[in-house]
Amino acid sequence: MTADKEKKVRDPLFHIIKRGSIVWWKSALIRVAAVLIALIVVALITLLITGQNPIEMYKAMVDGAVGNELRIWNLLQDTALLLIVGLALTLSFKMRFWNIGGQGQIIMGAIAATACMKFLPGKVPDFAIYLIMIPAALIAGGIWALIPGLFKAYLKTNETLFTLMMNYIALNFAAFLTFRWSKNSGNNVIGIINRKTHEGWFPEIGGNGFVGRTFLLNVLIVFVMMLIVFVYLKYSKHGYEISVVGESEKTARYIGINVKKVIIRTVIISGAICGLAGLILVGGVHHTLTTDIEGGRGFTAIIVSWMAHFNPLYMALTSFLIVFLEKGAIQVASSPSLNLDDNFANIVTGIIILFIIGCEFFINYKIVFRKKKGGAS
Amino acid sequence: MDKIPALELKNITKTFGSIVANKDVCLTANKGEILAILGENGSGKTTLMNMISGIYFPDAGQIFINGREVVITSPKDAFDNGVGMIHQHFKLVDVLTAAENIVLGLEGRFNLKTATKEVASIAQKYGFDIDPMKKIYEMSVSEKQTVEIIKVLYRNANILILDEPTAVLTPQESDKLFDVLRRMKEEGKTIIIITHKLHEVLSLSDRVAVLRKGEYICSIKTSEADESILTEAMVGKKISLNIERKEPNNPVDRLVVKDLQCLNREGVHVLQDVSFTARSGEILGIAGIAGSGQRELLEAIAGLQHISSGEITYIDPKTDKHENLRDKTPVQIRQLGVRLSFVPEDRLGMGLVGNMDIVDNMMLRSYGKGKSVFLKRKEPRDLANEIINSLEVVTPSASTAVRKLSGGNVQKVLVGREIASTPTVLMAAYPVRGLDINSSYMIYNLLNQQKANGVAVIFVGEDLDVLVELCDRIMVIGSGRIAGFVDGREATKEQIGLLMTKNVSKPHSEKAEEVTQ
Amino acid sequence: MFEAFLSKFVYVLTSSINNGMPVLFGATGEILTEKSGHLNLGIPGVMAVGGISGVIAAFFYGQVPEMNPILTILLPMLACLLGSLVMGLIYCFLTVTLRANQNVTGLALTTFGIGIGNFFGASIIKITHVDIPSVRIDATSKLFKATLPFASKLGWFGEIFLSYRFLVYLGLIIAFIASFILFRTRLGLHLRAVGENPATADAAGINVNKYKYFATCIGSMIAGLGGFFYCIDKNGWSNDTIEPLGWIAIALVIFAIWKPHMAVVGAILFGLLLNLYDLIPALGLNIKFPQGYDKLFKMIPYIVTIIVLIITSARKKREYQPPSHLGLSYFREDR
Repeated sequence: MTADKEKKVRDPLFHIIKRGSIVWWKSALIRVAAVLIALIVVALITLLITGQNPIEMYKAMVDGAVGNELRIWNLLQDTALLLIVGLALTLSFKMRFWNIGGQGQIIMGAIAATACMKFLPGKVPDFAIYLIMIPAALIAGGIWALIPGLFKAYLKTNETLFTLMMNYIALNFAAFLTFRWSKNSGNNVIGIINRKTHEGWFPEIGGNGFVGRTFLLNVLIVFVMMLIVFVYLKYSKHGYEISVVGESEKTARYIGINVKKVIIRTVIISGAICGLAGLILVGGVHHTLTTDIEGGRGFTAIIVSWMAHFNPLYMALTSFLIVFLEKGAIQVASSPSLNLDDNFANIVTGIIILFIIGCEFFINYKIVFRKKKGGAS
Repeated sequence: MDKIPALELKNITKTFGSIVANKDVCLTANKGEILAILGENGSGKTTLMNMISGIYFPDAGQIFINGREVVITSPKDAFDNGVGMIHQHFKLVDVLTAAENIVLGLEGRFNLKTATKEVASIAQKYGFDIDPMKKIYEMSVSEKQTVEIIKVLYRNANILILDEPTAVLTPQESDKLFDVLRRMKEEGKTIIIITHKLHEVLSLSDRVAVLRKGEYICSIKTSEADESILTEAMVGKKISLNIERKEPNNPVDRLVVKDLQCLNREGVHVLQDVSFTARSGEILGIAGIAGSGQRELLEAIAGLQHISSGEITYIDPKTDKHENLRDKTPVQIRQLGVRLSFVPEDRLGMGLVGNMDIVDNMMLRSYGKGKSVFLKRKEPRDLANEIINSLEVVTPSASTAVRKLSGGNVQKVLVGREIASTPTVLMAAYPVRGLDINSSYMIYNLLNQQKANGVAVIFVGEDLDVLVELCDRIMVIGSGRIAGFVDGREATKEQIGLLMTKNVSKPHSEKAEEVTQ
Repeated sequence: MFEAFLSKFVYVLTSSINNGMPVLFGATGEILTEKSGHLNLGIPGVMAVGGISGVIAAFFYGQVPEMNPILTILLPMLACLLGSLVMGLIYCFLTVTLRANQNVTGLALTTFGIGIGNFFGASIIKITHVDIPSVRIDATSKLFKATLPFASKLGWFGEIFLSYRFLVYLGLIIAFIASFILFRTRLGLHLRAVGENPATADAAGINVNKYKYFATCIGSMIAGLGGFFYCIDKNGWSNDTIEPLGWIAIALVIFAIWKPHMAVVGAILFGLLLNLYDLIPALGLNIKFPQGYDKLFKMIPYIVTIIVLIITSARKKREYQPPSHLGLSYFREDR
């Protein structure tokens, strides 16, 4: 009798087992649930900090994200800008090359584009500015990724920290240039370049009556890029090589893949696409260089890519989700009644991302209770 | 003699997802007894024992130790109940010393010096040879096993479970281990040994418990058992355990290796003065303690290992041209028209990509063919289906990730792919490791078929019984050097075992290379 | 001549020690975390939260008319420890209990933590409707910056060894204690085993998750102190300046080859490099750089880190490698 009692006390209440597989709607349900719970938590926290009615807050969020045509275009463009960085990084991640240097690669691309916009007009014909600007940005981003890539390929140098450090080198270089290139030396502001002539600016699509005229091209470029990356990873020989190298370098060597070549080739492409993002930011969006032009996309895109399980098409969804929340949260924070700091958005997205990261557990594992059997999710 | 049950299992059940690893297993082990748990690979022996040692927790069932019901939720619980397990894959921390590993996890005062003394006295008592201050990564496999056993004894375990302890030992080392185990038994300890080797069961144990497909079949007194009874109990039907061995058909030299030397990253010789010839229509066996240079040798031939000196010459069967394979990459070797297939030891880490499906794994060798930048998945899909049908691969479909298949089916996929390219040289490293008997015999048959087709087969094996039954010639390798050649039809296991330890010098650990990655 | 050199040397050394201190706290914390097998890329966020928590506490207590010196010291430190502990717990819960990807969790935590720091740094006044123009914690930081009064009277000896605020000594002591625990005690042995080979540690009866939680949370609290140290130095919160320090702390772990006492040396070096531009005159170099070049100098610590990374990766010595199971989650029933 006593033994029985003792047993009950010591019996574990539940234990965790790994799922073999999970049907798609269950995993979708878990993710949606995670986002919903996160939104409730966010509402509670907002209530606590600001005392604002959560429902009003969500209304303001939706309004902030899609409240008018301009906001919708802004939302689309920012989704695209986050997505393209996610696409770039995914190429590396598929190869298990933890490129967290998106920030630096974007900045280098932006620097190259800015330099072309600033110094080429008058020296070459207008169309040639584009011809130089595009490859310059791609190459700049590519080189910034190539440096850690080379050391990874030849010395197995830890790329996570290497690329991270490259971010700050690029950032300080950008700070240096914004200082040197600023109009009134010392104020650290370059200002809109070629404001009147629009040399090096991306062309507008559609007439003056079309709100999306300055946004559409940027969105289209990224959309095409998404399809290219999708096909490249799934159907090309290069993509196959990336997968094999990522899954097992030993296997890659065994079948005669030149691992170094694949690493170098892939990180260059990855960096070049980040450079392209920098080019769009300068040529298509801001028309200037600032130190915070990258806007944290290098990091956020890592989460975007990972949440989408490295699938370029899902990535469009995850970037949309994050940008939507950020836009909404910024709107809430900056509403006249609250007038809070923009960083409120980072807290909101941070919480939601942490919930989404956590919910993966319930997709991969199942909790089984000792007495009544059944999955808890 | 009174039998006092030390360990009793009642209706133990454990499932992993949809796989039932153990079902309603009841088992008793007595005090002062050596109990062998016999079963094929995948019969649930290890899972069952892991539940006693606290690695897994049973879904249902009860465990009694010395007549008292216990709940074992962690290895600590197991130690507290006097149960210690020596796992097949050693549970040791490489960068720590033997003594540090032995005291790992214990509570109370921390004093490595006294611990070292105690370790020495245990070693002396049972006749072990050990240096407590040596780091694990500098140790040979048998030394590591010694550390594992002392670790358990140091915790005063009365029930010792050993999982396939002889898999990595030479026959001589195995005998020494058995002596130690008998001594422990005399001390009244309960020894449970998991194995699938019949002769070990017969020579060592007092009683045998047989598991099949996760279920308890029977227990037999060893004195009343023989090989055929045990095999039948284990496999469930009578099968003949003879491997067919035909005379080689017109053997000609196919691969000539001369004075091969290879260094590892630390500059230590892993292969030294290795010379041999592999002939067509013949199976050349390679025997040796694990980590004696077998892997490096095959990888050197396949173009994966840097060679510091020596020559590897391939003789083309059609043109009789001599090609030097040294310093060529796998792709260059293939471009020379050399049809070399290689079934590596590490199936999912090297031969296949676990997370890719069978179709994509079929492409590994052939994806690069043609000028197109895109992949063609039709041919590999056909090949995948063909292999699934002809080798009876159990899989939901050709687009199932290889990782999800059982060990035997993984190996069939790998061997099937390597044979599909109609090789002239086929190298296979430990191709039946971890496979059940039926799959093992299917692999032996495939090798024999290749031999009949005139392929030069190089077979690296660990089970000496199989080597002497399957191979035409056997090369014995020890510490990276050739210890001798024997005729497969005349050699005995003992003879090979002696040769295996001939070149005993500083052993290089197999893991040393993985460390740096 | 010698006197002049000595005084310059002492100045550079003492200011390097002061400047390197946030990084040392961060690195010591991260070493403990990494030894348990967890690469916490959330350290910059943890440091930010530790910093802002301390600042908030100091700010509120600073409103009290009669400040008790002991509480002035204790309250912000407790708040800092509590804030960073919460961050550590979030990281642990996700990566240990829920076995989430460590890189992604860490980065998310960094974004989150920096967001919290910047948000409260800017909004604390608005939220609390306190009638004060900016968040300053002068009174508190003055107390924290107090040094031994007689140190300056002891010449260069006093300057080098005794002239620091107590948090500097705390940082050094924590680093040396961490080294002692890691390499000389059973606790450390078990922790190292968990990071090297959790399956083995588990089989040896060590509660792997308990150790992981323990190491990561203590590590976060230590790192949080680094953030607080920095805020004290700046007399308040300053946006986006802690993050780079957090990354350097993570880099310092490699420089120190996972040994906290080595991190002390590294921290002093990084302290020098971080402020190299400002120290040029003190170093006795009479070089004038054009305006803006200070930005280029800020690259140097990162470049040095990269060089160290390359050198350690080129020398493949067993003892220089990270814990074998770093970055991987552990599930006992994995098969």
